[in-house]
Amino acid sequence: MSHLPFIWAAYSIGAIVLLWCAFAPLVRKKSAIRDIRRLIQLEEPARDADT
Amino acid sequence: MNTNIAVKDKPRKNALVMFIHKLGSPPWFYEFTGKLIPWLWLVFAVLAAWALYLGLVKGPADYLQGESVRIIYLHVPAAWMSMLIYSSMAVMAFIALVWRIRMVEILAMCSAPIGAAFTIVTLTAGSLWGRPTWGTYWVWDARLTSELVLLFLYLGVIGLYNAIDEPRKAARAACLLAIVGAVNLPIIHYSVKWWNTLHQGSSVSLLGGSSIDASILWPMLIMAFAVKFYYAANLLTRARVRLLEQDLRKGWVKDLIREQRT
Repeated sequence: MSHLPFIWAAYSIGAIVLLWCAFAPLVRKKSAIRDIRRLIQLEEPARDADT
Repeated sequence: MNTNIAVKDKPRKNALVMFIHKLGSPPWFYEFTGKLIPWLWLVFAVLAAWALYLGLVKGPADYLQGESVRIIYLHVPAAWMSMLIYSSMAVMAFIALVWRIRMVEILAMCSAPIGAAFTIVTLTAGSLWGRPTWGTYWVWDARLTSELVLLFLYLGVIGLYNAIDEPRKAARAACLLAIVGAVNLPIIHYSVKWWNTLHQGSSVSLLGGSSIDASILWPMLIMAFAVKFYYAANLLTRARVRLLEQDLRKGWVKDLIREQRT
């Protein structure tokens, strides 16, 4: 039995899981920054009207 | 003159204590870790590439296991990390519950997905190593089962944290589960001694006397060292994002985003 498919499968799954784990927070960060920008845009006209 | 004496007598804070205090401040933490994270990724990439070169290209096949021994450069460091991350999460959870430090709470909760990822890697790589070596992908022996329980504990902590809307209440509940779940760690470690398992006993000893050949041991140890940097970089990245999400309406976050826009 050739061991190569098992080695490739182990490293491929390992790479996919660890890369997903590394990039997932960056996707969340983009979404959080978008929310904060929207919040600032909503608040700024209200603040300008007050002053 | 009296004033001078008072200044001299005032106890000076240790630099390390001051640094730890500063880390508790979200804006300072965000800025400091932003500079640190790229370096952590770089060290991880260099060490991991070195370990993989030594293990997969330069290293020999095992006389008994054949080529499948190369899976251990992934399986063993991932298994060690799955337990180390749970230990650090449980310690941080304890600190967060006792002293109510928000940054520690965030770090504890951000450790869970990384620990779960390493546990998945441990189980899949181990299973793929087991098929050519043992003739089976899975057996319900104590080591494999307790590692699977570890994955469920991580998923439990993640699930509980996300199930409660108020982040600090959610963290408190999840921290408690993390502490209780720590009882599984000695079970995983000693499972190969306490029960008769298909999984082999420990082959690496910190105090010397490892039964693995140096050509296999060193790439494994280098990879084990490399993944510590992966954990640190990933944890800090996650903590920064969590801070942005939690402090959405606070001045420092708005100022930061305004500065980025300009």
